[in-house]
Amino acid sequence: MGGLQAVPLLWYQVLAAVLFTIGVVGVLVRRSALVIFMSIELMLNAVNLSLIAFSRQHGNMDGHIIVFFVMAVAAAEVSVGLAILVSIFRSRETANVDDVHLLKG
Amino acid sequence: MNALPLLWAVPALPLAGAIVNGVLAGKLPRRLVSAIGTGTVGVAFLIAAACFLELLRLPAGERVFVQQLYSWVDSGDLHVPVRFAMDPLSAVMMLIVTGVGFLIHVYSTGYMGHEKAYGRYFSYLNLFTFAMLVLVMADNFLVMFFGWEGVGLCSYLLIGFWYERPSAAAAGKKAFIVNRIGDFGFLVAMFLIFTRFGTLDFATVFAKAPAAFLPGGAVVTAITLFLFLGCTGKSAQIPLYIWLPDAMQGPTPVSALIHAATMVTAGVYLVARCGVLFALSPLGSAVVAGVGALTALFAATIALKQWDIKRVLAYSTVSQLGYMFVGVGTGAYAAGMFHLVTHAFFKALLFLGSGSVIHAIHHAYHATHTHEDAQDMRNMGGLARYMPWTAALMWIATLAIAGIPPLSGFFSKDEILGAAFAEGTVRPVWYVFWAMGIAAALLTAFYMTRLMLYTFHGPNRTGEREREHLHEAPPVMTGPLVVLGVLTVMGGALNVPDLFGGNAFLEHWLEPVTSLAQRLHPAVEVAHATEWALVAGAVLIAALGIVGAFRLLKPEALVPARLAPPQTGLARFLWKKWYVDELYDAIIVRPVMWLSREVFWKIVDQRIVDGLLVNGTAAASRALGWLGSRLQTGEVGVYVVLFVIGVLAVVGAVVR
Repeated sequence: MGGLQAVPLLWYQVLAAVLFTIGVVGVLVRRSALVIFMSIELMLNAVNLSLIAFSRQHGNMDGHIIVFFVMAVAAAEVSVGLAILVSIFRSRETANVDDVHLLKG
Repeated sequence: MNALPLLWAVPALPLAGAIVNGVLAGKLPRRLVSAIGTGTVGVAFLIAAACFLELLRLPAGERVFVQQLYSWVDSGDLHVPVRFAMDPLSAVMMLIVTGVGFLIHVYSTGYMGHEKAYGRYFSYLNLFTFAMLVLVMADNFLVMFFGWEGVGLCSYLLIGFWYERPSAAAAGKKAFIVNRIGDFGFLVAMFLIFTRFGTLDFATVFAKAPAAFLPGGAVVTAITLFLFLGCTGKSAQIPLYIWLPDAMQGPTPVSALIHAATMVTAGVYLVARCGVLFALSPLGSAVVAGVGALTALFAATIALKQWDIKRVLAYSTVSQLGYMFVGVGTGAYAAGMFHLVTHAFFKALLFLGSGSVIHAIHHAYHATHTHEDAQDMRNMGGLARYMPWTAALMWIATLAIAGIPPLSGFFSKDEILGAAFAEGTVRPVWYVFWAMGIAAALLTAFYMTRLMLYTFHGPNRTGEREREHLHEAPPVMTGPLVVLGVLTVMGGALNVPDLFGGNAFLEHWLEPVTSLAQRLHPAVEVAHATEWALVAGAVLIAALGIVGAFRLLKPEALVPARLAPPQTGLARFLWKKWYVDELYDAIIVRPVMWLSREVFWKIVDQRIVDGLLVNGTAAASRALGWLGSRLQTGEVGVYVVLFVIGVLAVVGAVVR
C-alpha cells in the first residue's frame, strides 16, 4: 500500500481514460485494419490499467484475475484476427476496411 | 331379453360398416364388402324390430325409451347431450330406414355388382343409414340437425357417385346447394327456439310451447315457417324441389333409398315431430298443407310428359311428398306418416323395378356396343315378355300409388284427402287443397299407367340385335322386389280406418306423440256417408286416370328416342318442366354468378383481399425493410461509429 499511495487513484483513471479515448478515436478514424487492431489493444490495456489500479486501491485480487483473463483472451483474439486479416489480404490485396463491405444491405 | 339397452347399436352398426368399408375400400373382396354392408343394416333392423316389440309390450303412455350416450355441447346455457330416443314416431321411422334400407342394400349387391368402386358405394350407403338413424332417433334439435346434415352429405356423395360424369357432379352440387338454403331455415328456427326456451330438447320445448305461445303468435309462426323452409329443401317441395329430379343421376338403388323412401321424408317427419308448434300456428300449418297440395299437383303435371323413366318416378316422389305435407299440415299426423310408410314401400319397389329395367336395357346396349339412352322409355316397350316378375311387381306398385283398393296406397292417400276435406268444413281454404289433391290423384294414375304402358307393353323398341340380350334381373335383385311387393299389398293393414271396420293401428300407436298437438288442434269429424262418398270419388278418379291412359296412349305409335320428333306446344312446356330451371337460372343463378364474378371475385377478392391486404402487407414490409437496410452499409467504420454512439448513450443514461 505504501509507495504507490503517492500517485492518487485519479491519475491512473485519467490515464486509462485518455488511452481508451485514443483507442476509440483510432478505431473510428483509421482505415487500415492493422491500425484498428492496435487501437483495440490500446482500449483493452486502458481497461486493464484501470482494473489494476482499482484492485490495488481496494486490496482485492479480483481485478488482477480479470486482467489475466483479458490478456489471455486478447492474445487469442489477436491471433485469430491477424489470421483473418492475412487471409483477406491474400484474396483482396488490401487491408483497408472500407474496401470490405460485402455485407451491405 | 330386453333389447332396448342395445338401442345405441342401431345407428352404431351402419357407422361401423361405413368405416370398415370406407377405410378398406378396394382392399376387401366383394363378398366381404357385401356381407358387411348388408349385414350391419340387417342386424340393425333386427335390433330395431326387437326394440319395437319391447315398446309394444309397454302401456301406451310409457312407450318411450331414452338412452344418453354422452354430453356433446356444454357451453353456457347450451347443453346438448347426445341422446337417442325411441318413441312410437321414431320407431316407425327406424323400422322403415333399416328395413327398406336393408332390402335396398341387398338389391345393390346385384345392381352394383360390376361397379369398380364397390367398397366406396357401400361405405356411403351405410354412412347414409347411420345419419338417417341419427336424424330420426335424436331427441333434440341439434342432434337431429347433425343427422339432417349427414344425410345431405351422403345424398351429395351418392348423387355424384359417378363423378367422372360431369352431369352427375353438377347434380350433386345442385342438391347440396339447394339444401343449404333449406338448412338455413332450420338453423334460424333453432336459434328462435333456443332464444325462447333456452333449450333444444324436444320434450321440454313441446311441453312448454302451449304456455309460451299464443295460438297464431308471430314467433311461433316464424319458427314453423323457417322449419318448413328446411323441409322444402330436404323434402323437395316448391320452391326448392328442383334438386330431386336431377338427383336421378345417382345409382338407382340410391334413388330408391335416399330420394324416395327415407331422406326426402325427413321433412314430413320433422313436421310430425314438431306437431305442437304447427298446431299453434294456423298460418304455418296452412302454408305446409298449401305448399304440399300445390307441389303434389305441379309435380304430377311435369311427370305426365317425361321420357326418362327415373324422372317420371322422381316427379312422382315430389308429388307424393306433397300429399304427405297436406296430411301433416292438416294435423292428420297419422295419415301423413301412414302415407310416408306406404310410399316407402311402393316407391322403393317402383325405383328398384325401374333399376332392373335400366339394368337389363343397359346390358343389352352394352352387349351390342350401342350408345343409346338406357333410361328413355322410348327405347323400351314390351318388356313384360322379358321381365315378367319386374312387370308384375311394378304393376302392383302402380295400382297402389294410383290408389286402387285394397292396396296400401289407397288407404293412406284416402286418409289424407279425407282429413283435408274434413278440415275444409272448418277452414274453407282446405277445400282448395283437397281439390288439388284429387286432381293430382287423377294425374298420378295417368302418368303411372303411361310409364307402365310405354315400358312393359306394346312393341319393343330397344333394337333388333339388342332384344335377344334382354333378360330378367338376378334373384338377388328380384328378391327384395318381391318382399316390397308383399309390403305394398299388405301395408294398408297397418292403419285400416274405422270406416272399413279396421282398428287404425298406426293412428293409435302414434297417439302418445301426437296427442298434445291433437288437443291443440282437434281433428274434424265428418259423417260416415260423406266419407264413403269421398272414398268412392277417389277410387273413381284413380280408375278414370288408369282407363284414360289406356284409351289415350298408343305405345304402338312411339319411335325410339333417336328417331323421335321434337315435342311441341304444351307437351314441350311440360317436358321442359315448366321452364322452372331456366327461370331460376335467369333470376337467381346468373345474377349470383355475375355478382360473384364481377364484384366478389374481381373487386373484393382481386382488388381488396389480394391487392390491398395481401400484396399491400407485403409491399409495406418490403418498404420498411428497405428503410432498415439503408443502415446496413457493410462498412465496419459506420457500424463502429453507431456502436460508439450507442455506448455513449447508454453510459450517459446510466450515469445521469
